[in-house]
Amino acid sequence: MTDARTAVLTRIAAALTDRPTPAVPRTYRRASGPGDPYLFAERLRDYRAQVRLVPATDTAQAVTDALTEREAQHVVAAPGVPAEWAPRATRAIPDLAGLERTDAVVTACRVAIADTGTIVLDHDAPDQGPRSLTLVPDYHLVVVRADQIVAGVPDAVAALAGVRTQTWISGPSATSDIELERVEGVHGPRTLEVVITLP
Amino acid sequence: MTFLGMPRGTGNLTGTPFPTAARAALGDAQLRRNLAKATSTIRAKRASVVAELPDWAELRAAGAAIKDAVLADLDTFLLRFEAALVERGTTVHWARDATEASRIVTDLVTATGTREVIKVKSMATAEIGLNEALADAGVTAIETDLAELIVQLGHDRPSHILVPAIHRGRAEIRDLFRREMPGVDPDLSDDPRALAEAARSYLRHKFTTVDVAISGANFAVADTGTLVVVESEGNGRMCLTLPRTLISVVGIEKLVPTWQDLEVFLQLLPRSSTGERMNPYTSVWTGPTEGQTSHVVLVDNGRTATLADPDGRAALRCIRCSACLNSCPVYERTGGHAYGSTYPGPIGAVLSPQLTGVDRNPTLPYASSLCGVCYDVCPVAIDIPSMLVHLRERVTQTKGRTAESAAMRSLAWFMSDAKRWRRLLRSARSARVLGRRHDRIGHLPPPLSAWTTARDLPRPPRQTFRDWWETR
Ligand code: SF4
Repeated sequence: MTDARTAVLTRIAAALTDRPTPAVPRTYRRASGPGDPYLFAERLRDYRAQVRLVPATDTAQAVTDALTEREAQHVVAAPGVPAEWAPRATRAIPDLAGLERTDAVVTACRVAIADTGTIVLDHDAPDQGPRSLTLVPDYHLVVVRADQIVAGVPDAVAALAGVRTQTWISGPSATSDIELERVEGVHGPRTLEVVITLP
Repeated sequence: MTFLGMPRGTGNLTGTPFPTAARAALGDAQLRRNLAKATSTIRAKRASVVAELPDWAELRAAGAAIKDAVLADLDTFLLRFEAALVERGTTVHWARDATEASRIVTDLVTATGTREVIKVKSMATAEIGLNEALADAGVTAIETDLAELIVQLGHDRPSHILVPAIHRGRAEIRDLFRREMPGVDPDLSDDPRALAEAARSYLRHKFTTVDVAISGANFAVADTGTLVVVESEGNGRMCLTLPRTLISVVGIEKLVPTWQDLEVFLQLLPRSSTGERMNPYTSVWTGPTEGQTSHVVLVDNGRTATLADPDGRAALRCIRCSACLNSCPVYERTGGHAYGSTYPGPIGAVLSPQLTGVDRNPTLPYASSLCGVCYDVCPVAIDIPSMLVHLRERVTQTKGRTAESAAMRSLAWFMSDAKRWRRLLRSARSARVLGRRHDRIGHLPPPLSAWTTARDLPRPPRQTFRDWWETR
């Protein structure tokens, strides 16, 4: 008996007697360039994420304000996050039990999409941390620099080529599984807060 | 024709013949109410976010062409994908059919010694009957998508691709949770918020203690070995992140050639599916991640047989968005259970019979009024109506008069009631087929062509149907 791999490949070869070679029309919008931070903010609010737009010089203050309003006690920041953003936050990644006790997590992002209100994390980047860091705690505060915001999905995909492990986040987790009524906050962080820093 | 000789798919792809099952579903008022609300809401959301993109038609054309390019060289892309995965340390397995795929996964799971696995919603694992196979081996599979969990606790079957528990009401779900969910508050209310919260705490414990997860994949990138899971609740992120072993079951048609191609599909899928600009969470991973052990099981199960039919293979482009379900007048009345397969609705009517062979699903190609809306909304432009007509032809070729009469019974059921038939006809591309597309008349099976020549059917212009459908 042949192995499954050989069998499947043989079936494919037999099925494709014609081997059509369709050309892919790439007439859709490819690169649209930098994204509008105000549109990005509006899209985020559509998803009921919390948004603060601040001058870059006020980043640390905005992070502090957000954490204070949240009354977060145990705060963890991804190890590569600038020290001044959250000076009192722990910068080592806790184990799972520690993450469950964490009130808030602070990270940067790799790229953001204005059109869709999406934030993309690169989990190999020290200022974004491993996947569990931004998944288990109930509150995620992410700082997005205006120059990280691109216009559309194709711009983001181009910027993310070669990034091995990514999470695309568009608002807090949600379900519409019961009678199609939207409920926010199922398994991921129930609150997503975004600080957008303008030049 | 070669496709008649190709090995077929097995697993959860057949059920009670459509007419019988549909008749039962039509008696269920709650089902119809829930479905009508769900499909009309999602339809409206989809329409508004699709209209936002000035280049939707171009994206759709590119999506169809990218999938066709993959299918036209499927062996090359599969070998490339396999090489990329192996290079990064993922173990790749191949499965000819449902039984083999389930056995591979079950062996991998039992080898870890676990008695429990957590699952991300995956149509491929439903298709291959994985939960049943695991149960036979003494392993409990826990569905973590809220709707899938509701279906599982109710010992029920999904009725929709996107919202599988849409046939259940909130009170029913509360009763189900109170009865079946370990450790649940006995005074749990039927507020969807409270129900979601109950699922959150029940599953949180599973996420943090169960060590093996099983996922599917929405997309698999041949060049890089990257897998993509698109979801809303975060249960996918939990399953993909926390357990030490991850087994991903991937149909061989899930490939896209390059990372860049996702720029098309990550626009087409969320807008067509939930009607959002983007779904809340998309996970992307390339090879074993953060110390995990990673396995990928590539599943044929009738896909190569589907590939062998040049007039049917476009069904393999499907990205499971469910837009065709939400737009289908037949689906809206019967619900997903009537189709008897993991794949319901218009896509199920063309995919299931091709995966299993039309002889094992002879009535599904008739589970449609051929109105054509499914084609219009499909983000990868699958011409489902023409494919249905083609498959009807194959039903008559394969099974002769027996299947023909079985299939005709399905159509006859729609015709048996004047109001039902008029309504269907008003909505019907069968009217288009019979009226506008003269070339198709000869392709209809003989009893139908005989029937149509004997009668003067109303032939509404397509616009009338549209007006009616969109303003209902
Ligand atoms: S056939 Fe098209 S519309 Fe239907 S689920 Fe598949 S991709 Fe979506």
